[in-house]
Amino acid sequence: MGEFGLEHAPLRERARAALAQPHLRRNLRRATDRFMEARASAFAQLADPDGLRATARALRARTVARLPELLEQFAERLLARGAHVHWAADAASARHYIGEVARRHGVRKAVKSKSMASEEIGLNRYLEELGIQVVETDLGEWIVQLAGETPSHILVPAIHKDRRQIAALFGQVAGSRVPEEPAALAAFARACLRDEFLQADMGISGVNFGVAASGSLVLVTNEGNGRMVTSLPRVHVALMGMERLVADLAELDVLLALLARSATGQALSAYTSIITGPRRPGEADGPEELHVVILDNGRSALLGSDLQEALHCIRCGACLNVCPVYRQIGGHAYGWVYSGPIGAVLTPALLPSAAARELPLASSLCGACWQACPVGIPLHDLLLRLRRRRPPAGMAERLAWRVWVALWGSPRLYRWSLGVVAALAPLTRWQGLSRLPLASRWARGRALPRVPSQGFRHWWRENG
Amino acid sequence: MQRQPGKVALLVTCVVDALAPGTGAAVVRVLRRRGIEVVFPQDQGCCGQPAWNSGLVREAALVARPTLKALARALARGAEAVVCPSGSCTTMCRVHWPELFSLAGMAAEAQEARRVGERVLEFSELVARLPALPTRPDGRRVALHHSCHMLREELGLRHQPVMLAERAGCQVLPWPGAERCCGFGGTFSVKLPELSAAMAEEKLRELDSLCPEALIGCDTSCLLHLAGRARARGRDLVVTHLAEVLDAAESGHG
Repeated sequence: MGEFGLEHAPLRERARAALAQPHLRRNLRRATDRFMEARASAFAQLADPDGLRATARALRARTVARLPELLEQFAERLLARGAHVHWAADAASARHYIGEVARRHGVRKAVKSKSMASEEIGLNRYLEELGIQVVETDLGEWIVQLAGETPSHILVPAIHKDRRQIAALFGQVAGSRVPEEPAALAAFARACLRDEFLQADMGISGVNFGVAASGSLVLVTNEGNGRMVTSLPRVHVALMGMERLVADLAELDVLLALLARSATGQALSAYTSIITGPRRPGEADGPEELHVVILDNGRSALLGSDLQEALHCIRCGACLNVCPVYRQIGGHAYGWVYSGPIGAVLTPALLPSAAARELPLASSLCGACWQACPVGIPLHDLLLRLRRRRPPAGMAERLAWRVWVALWGSPRLYRWSLGVVAALAPLTRWQGLSRLPLASRWARGRALPRVPSQGFRHWWRENG
Repeated sequence: MQRQPGKVALLVTCVVDALAPGTGAAVVRVLRRRGIEVVFPQDQGCCGQPAWNSGLVREAALVARPTLKALARALARGAEAVVCPSGSCTTMCRVHWPELFSLAGMAAEAQEARRVGERVLEFSELVARLPALPTRPDGRRVALHHSCHMLREELGLRHQPVMLAERAGCQVLPWPGAERCCGFGGTFSVKLPELSAAMAEEKLRELDSLCPEALIGCDTSCLLHLAGRARARGRDLVVTHLAEVLDAAESGHG
């Protein structure tokens, strides 16, 4: 977890550090606005977007409720197709298994298509420590890897960078200037990555959906790199969060219709691959071996809990794009793999870290995430449930709440306190007030409200 | 309730009670002008939202209980609905109160909260159903801040505030940030003050190019936060609750 900021500084400081980068906010605003517009027009073309969303929500609820049984079925079908299955209880188990597969096959180079689960288990660093070169092949993920950073968006890893920054980075790799035009940048990346695909001994991918009925792995990409990763190298390892399962192709159909529309505003992503088993005799391409690692890492503990709905997520990133908090601070300030509203839920739900428990505070509870979620996860409710598990930390805050309850729990004392506020009204014109402990937090960037010397009840006595 | 109520109870909200008495007065006048009797249950206080949003169930329930009781008594004495000049407090009472009191182990209050909650109407929600009265048109170019709780599917009040502002004779200007959270978020604004102010700042920056003559909205807390940010950056933005805009336009007539 070393690459992530969670343990390095408290949330407020991470947010402040992000806010101090005007570039970051400009890049985020530009990108997320574009995604939201595209999403809106993609949904406008659907006959009944609300109905589809309701259907998807019901399907996810049904599948996640049957998850253990469906996973068994999925694993059976995978084995029947000649794949290997590893149940990873935690990150270490997943890393170790993948490392063993690599060792058995004498892997020197692995190419990867984007997988947030692999970020979650710290796979790249682990394999590099084993002496294996790991190359990310999703363009955004490659950019982030070259920069020595972590993804700042679950779908668009380099969303925090603009093309100038990317051209500068590529220039360092090329040893010469790379033009800032998107087409030139993509061409440069393609040329570099083509060789990597051909040289790699192992391909590592994530899984957008596993299909229980057929034991198929579904991969959705826009760059085609997923196809190269899963078909060129001798060995393919697919890492899948255990909740990324659909019961059958009918459920897949509904979710695919929503995934690309919610993510990028496309009706479908450019490449949708459905992989069922390794290469069979007589087939021209495909890996000799297929290993599927099904990752728990804290997920099964959410089954049957009041956070179960977090497992409905299809990782479209729409909640990040609409989130007014994400828009200001970006993904890195959240401190772990998953950012935005779903990250603020998943991080404390999956990580036993005390620092993670602060994340549900990174929301104004505006509910934009819930409204944007294609499978209707009530993210603002989940954030509230997590807040209930974390009592206020500081003595001062606990005391403040106690005083609040003592006064406002009684109508008489409530009225008295309002009288005190009104009597102190002239004080609110005094500049020094904004330096007092409670007021100073509000006064950070905002003038204190001018308190009237007569409240509503005074008006009511005269006019009621 | 589709028909016009004869008598309503006012849930004024603690913010308006202490900081924006003019908004409460405007609500009363707008309703009285339509022949509705308004009562003000004296024992009401806060709806408990600050503690609820901080994850403090017991604290929220203890503070919300007197307000629940006061409203229940008013309804028992003939008020047909409760009117509240805040989208977020309306959502608290209507949507969250039943869950709050059951989580706090107060079964009787949870029952009562279901009965009371469904009769709480947000100001624009109620007034949009009532007849339009003649006005002296306001005539200003205004921006409307759609607060989050108004927009969410629980209340779904997107068009009512616009319609009422236009009825008051305002020219409501479209702007990109109209539906984005202002960054208030209750205790969020003091827990992460820099972030909260940055969210307000972005909205205000969008208004700089629009140059509205006023910013109007339906949640006083959001409006005070935005006004506070505007003053801190050295611009006095006229910020007004919709009830006051409508009341001024109607009282100016004749």
